[in-house]
Amino acid sequence: MKLAPIPIRTVTATAVAAVGLLAGHAAAQSMADVQKAAQARGLSTADLLAAAKTYTPSGMKDEFVIFSSGGHSGQVHVIGVPSMRLIRTIAVFTPEPWQGWGYGVGNDVLAQGNVAGKPNLWGDTHHPALSETKGDYDGEWLFINDKINARVAVIDLRDFETKQILKNPLTVSNHGLCVTPDTEYVIESSQYGVPLGWEYATMEQYKEKHRGSVIFWKFDRKKGRIIPEESFAMELPPYWQDLVDAGKLASDGFIFINSLNTEMATGGVQDKKPPFEAGVSRNATDFLHIIDWRKAEAVFRAGGAKEQSGFPVISIETSIAEGLLHLTPEPRSPHGVDIAPKGDFIVVSGKLDPHVTVYSFEKVKRAIANKTYSGSDEYGIPILDFDAVVEARIEVGLGPLHTQFGNDGYAYTSLFLDSAVARWTLGGQYGKGTPEPDWTLVHKTPVQYNVGHIGAVHGDTVNPLGRYLISFNKWSVDRFLHPGPLLAQNFQLIDITGQGANMPVIYDMPVGFGEPHYAQIIRADLLKPWSIYPEVGWNPHKQQIDPMAPKKGMERVTRDGSTVEVWMTVVRSQFNPDHVKVKQGDTIIWRMTNIERAVDAVHGFAVPAYNIAVSLEPGETVTVEFIADTPGVFPFYCSEFCSALHLEMMGYLMVEPN
Amino acid sequence: MSLRLIERIIGPRVSPEETWKRSLRYGTPGFLLLFARILLLVSLFLPYWHMELQAPQYPSGLHMTAYLNHLTGDVVEIDGLNHYIGMRSLYEAAQIEREVGVFIMILFVVLLELAAYIHSRWAVLLVAPVIFFPVVFLVDLQLWMRHFGLNLDPDAPLSNSIKPFVPTALGRGGIGQFVTIATPGIGLYLATAASVVLIAALFFHRRAYLPLVRQQANANERST
Repeated sequence: MKLAPIPIRTVTATAVAAVGLLAGHAAAQSMADVQKAAQARGLSTADLLAAAKTYTPSGMKDEFVIFSSGGHSGQVHVIGVPSMRLIRTIAVFTPEPWQGWGYGVGNDVLAQGNVAGKPNLWGDTHHPALSETKGDYDGEWLFINDKINARVAVIDLRDFETKQILKNPLTVSNHGLCVTPDTEYVIESSQYGVPLGWEYATMEQYKEKHRGSVIFWKFDRKKGRIIPEESFAMELPPYWQDLVDAGKLASDGFIFINSLNTEMATGGVQDKKPPFEAGVSRNATDFLHIIDWRKAEAVFRAGGAKEQSGFPVISIETSIAEGLLHLTPEPRSPHGVDIAPKGDFIVVSGKLDPHVTVYSFEKVKRAIANKTYSGSDEYGIPILDFDAVVEARIEVGLGPLHTQFGNDGYAYTSLFLDSAVARWTLGGQYGKGTPEPDWTLVHKTPVQYNVGHIGAVHGDTVNPLGRYLISFNKWSVDRFLHPGPLLAQNFQLIDITGQGANMPVIYDMPVGFGEPHYAQIIRADLLKPWSIYPEVGWNPHKQQIDPMAPKKGMERVTRDGSTVEVWMTVVRSQFNPDHVKVKQGDTIIWRMTNIERAVDAVHGFAVPAYNIAVSLEPGETVTVEFIADTPGVFPFYCSEFCSALHLEMMGYLMVEPN
Repeated sequence: MSLRLIERIIGPRVSPEETWKRSLRYGTPGFLLLFARILLLVSLFLPYWHMELQAPQYPSGLHMTAYLNHLTGDVVEIDGLNHYIGMRSLYEAAQIEREVGVFIMILFVVLLELAAYIHSRWAVLLVAPVIFFPVVFLVDLQLWMRHFGLNLDPDAPLSNSIKPFVPTALGRGGIGQFVTIATPGIGLYLATAASVVLIAALFFHRRAYLPLVRQQANANERST
């Protein structure tokens, strides 16, 4: 008897069915079902491949994590890659009720960001900077700037909570933010020219009175804080300094800042003067600032800085005399300055010039040493001769903005006007990684639409990992359902594992919470966040046990004059005490500890009329202080659905009228 | 107590030469008693009992481990859940047993040490409590679980839906959305192994010394 051969597909289907049954799936599934479902939804093979590369079934975890600026939201958004799922929002400059941020949690931190003594409770977060060790992300800290009010925040990645906000004492708005290769300094560059230190000056005095600046915020990793007393600034010309990137390896010890209004245009469109958009873009070139920060640090330590608004500032004159600052021409109105992984090349894109311009740091050093100047600017700052420092110019397309690096010798530049991401080859020691010749445009992948920044995995470190690149698009136009006229932005995931023209978009993520700018992508396994606070009674602001934290069995309400102190424990599903009786006008110091040790056993503490919402994560202790000025009976409750008896987790605050 | 009685209890003595000559016969009971002592001492440091609770919202389960003298694992979390059904804290269960557990074990070791020197049937009296220990442990555990399960606080939040019940000391059970799986720990296995070893020890003890006891009895009869 001859046995009919069993088709492989049947065997596979049977095996799949068997596995399906074992896994508890009722129906057998085959590739035919996949095809049917794809046809029903009009999906192509490319779509299915993209789905296979990105679909992340329940329980599977992402390999990489994006820390994205939140734009207008004033927050940071944490997104998984390749799933492109939003995992968390970190409240930074803006109150956020879920985390209790500004409603009982972090009020002191938010107050550090007061501007001229007044709360400014929104932020325009632009550039996140993960802490680095030897030029690569270490997953410990995150810094982010607020452009509107020139503030910088420090976020602890053990609990994803903001620990410190610093208001720039000199300038009004900032733009660039980066860290030095070992996070010795967090560097904040100013944006628009203003008289430093909140002085007043007219537009006619722009050249004399207005200035740019860069602050070197000293970071103390052990304390987890920026130490303003050990920080210093450098005065810069009133060009609009834009982005800043720190040199690494070959260029360690230097920072690079680009600038766009070297014309020093002051607008005045109502007086028939050229509007800013024209005045600022008149010159063919602007200035790349090259700063020797180690030398600047030495000058500061030797007392070479002058106090301005109580902050040490190295003047332009000192910078020139000490050789701290050099300029070199860069294509007009640049938006990005990005250092290649080995620190040997500086890539600048002038957004009104179709090229990326690549400078050699070796040549920069030589030009500085040989004083190969083509002149000096109005403030006497020496300008390095462009031809002496440039390495290559590559025509990539219209509106080049920002550059990121792959792991194999490719660089990627966003093209705002072309709505595309360009892939081009680096030369020098990166050249052999790619099949194409050095310094050539390889491919442009269209993106939808108007890309600003792009981010590759570890794409701005000494060790880029390739794999994925994300295009942070400003417009989405027709990509998503329209939620009214304010449309979501579009984060597009691009697969960059292939070579040449193989770099497809494989996922679109709508971003409906403010317009992000830059984002960094880190290997998920480098993050070591806590699942619960290490011990019960933990004060997240101090990252240690709080001796004042209420303990189980020690719950009480005490009174001292008109001050009432509540010592409350919080556990599923009760507040203890659940009656708090005070008199109108009493000051209440309400201390509470979540005594849970289970992962995800989070409780909220929400009090009506008093604008209080606290998030208590397992082990966390929080103290809120308020004056009970409104009499009445106020049911407070747990605002997290913590258990089956969550609704019953409540208590009464009784404020007896006078 | 007369000298005679003590002599009868400790049983006939065997000269060192004789012991040496017939080391297998006289050495085996002593060796097995020593082995049992080692098993028991080691078990002191090992878990005696595990309880796992499985529920959808605890993907890796909740685990509790009982040693002779302490509880480890997710006891706080299990206590927290138990409060909904009005069960007392697990820390209140078998407090005396956990306090004296180590001393009982030391006492057992001493008893077995003594048993090695007693060459009469009285040795059984010393060894028997040790043999029965694993059973006593489980019976005690079951009694505590029964006591806890049947005496739920009638004012507890879920007293309407969860009625008093008797959890099982070993095997699978269920309460609410939880599946409970109780299993013996290595320590309990070692103690059980010690019991088996001790039964063997008694067998070889009897084979070694019963003839001597009989000889002695006959000799005594003749002399009177």
